[in-house]
Amino acid sequence: MAKYLLLKHYRGAPAAVNDVPMDRWTPEEISAHVRYMNDFAGRLEETGEFVDGQALSPEGMWVRYDGEGRPPVTDGPFAETKDLIAGWMIIDVDSRERAVELAGELSAAPGAGGRPIHEWLEVRPFLGAHPTVTE
Amino acid sequence: MDEALLRGLVPGVLGILVRRGADFAAAEDAVQDALVEAVRVWPGEPPRDPKGWLVTVAWRRFLDATRADAARRRREDLVGEEPEPGPVPAADDTLWLYFLCAHPSLTPSSAVALTLRAVGGLTTRQIARAYLVPETTMGQRISRAKKAVAGAGLERPGDVATVLRVLYLVFNEGYSGDVDLAAEAIRLTRQLAAAVDHPEVAGLLALMLLHHARRAARTAPDGALVPLAEQDRGRWDTGAIAEGIGILQAALARDRLGEFQAQAAIAALHADAPTAEETDWPQIVEWYDELVRLTGSPVVRLNRAVAVGEADGPRAGLAALAELDPALPRHPAVAAYLRERDGDPVAAARLYAEAARQAPNLAERDHLTRQAARLNARRED
Repeated sequence: MAKYLLLKHYRGAPAAVNDVPMDRWTPEEISAHVRYMNDFAGRLEETGEFVDGQALSPEGMWVRYDGEGRPPVTDGPFAETKDLIAGWMIIDVDSRERAVELAGELSAAPGAGGRPIHEWLEVRPFLGAHPTVTE
Repeated sequence: MDEALLRGLVPGVLGILVRRGADFAAAEDAVQDALVEAVRVWPGEPPRDPKGWLVTVAWRRFLDATRADAARRRREDLVGEEPEPGPVPAADDTLWLYFLCAHPSLTPSSAVALTLRAVGGLTTRQIARAYLVPETTMGQRISRAKKAVAGAGLERPGDVATVLRVLYLVFNEGYSGDVDLAAEAIRLTRQLAAAVDHPEVAGLLALMLLHHARRAARTAPDGALVPLAEQDRGRWDTGAIAEGIGILQAALARDRLGEFQAQAAIAALHADAPTAEETDWPQIVEWYDELVRLTGSPVVRLNRAVAVGEADGPRAGLAALAELDPALPRHPAVAAYLRERDGDPVAAARLYAEAARQAPNLAERDHLTRQAARLNARRED
């Protein structure tokens, strides 16, 4: 049992095979895409592998501490950032192979022309709890 | 009310329902309902015969649910009146349930979840919290597992080894949520040991007790990992150690050595040493040789290299390590440890940093990073 984060990028991932921006799709293609994503999450809930899924706004900012008694400094929106995360799904699966299989399925979500997007998803294992027996 | 005592009655109650003809999935739901009812009612009115009470309530729940079901399907003639329980002793019911929940057709995570619910009597919510997944996800995992084993019948599926692997997984998950999984694994293994006479069951129980005995000493107050050699041995649970060693000795005397007995023997040799320096490393190496023979596991060989390093010096340890695949998990950590002892802090620091990058969990990563930092700071002095 291990948790994996499937990360979807607005920017920063290698180019997808079916690489057409979403605003150039037909409304039906967008609906089909959304349905696919919902069905995928629903299916994972049924198999007992779903943990969480969220989408992120492309808008955002950088924030940092600016010293005692001062308000934090903000900067952004981060137009120049190379890497921009669009959302994630967290899965709890029995093996790395299963995580790869599911990410592959998610990457097959339909895009322009109803064809799979083949987008690149980042798959990151969680650092797990410390097992009892390692000494 | 002692919840562990209550949950200890679960396998027997579930077994009786199934022997009376209830299908496993429905019986299991009915027993969960009865447990919830017991937690509500017993503090005010403790029953004279707790198990009988649970059987009665669970059977009634099962009949209600089945009748509702049957009514929906207009097949009301399906359910008969309460048949007599079979003459089979309770230990067999318990055993059958362990085998069913560890059925080879289940994935490890499904077998673990089903075991904790159907054998352990934990609620879906408690199991979900322990494994940090949503309750709906865990509910689905359990109900799919129940469906998968529904047709398995009363014969014993699988063997003891698959049951032990499931219990070992539960134990090793450690602790999160309001359920202490390590303690629960010990309870379930103890219960199994009472139902079946098998030296490997005893071996696993001993191994768990010996590891659990060190738990308080294994973590610093800030959550940092404390390696075995640096642990305050005064904080080890001597009662658990004595029990573990007693169980192990009785198992070893039967001369049917297995993996868990050998692992427990190594844990016992650590537990027996008054100080880290007094550890009987040559004997530990011998037990690792047995384990290699039993399992052929490369991870065991890696641990053996550490023991060889302690018994015959770091050069010997490094020689043993050289025969192993560097891609093995924790290989760089072992290499770092042996290099430092061999007087090469520069290589050790680099290897510790590499090990930290590969660490599978936060506590280990922080520990390894601290080791690298300690060596790097010394160089800069």
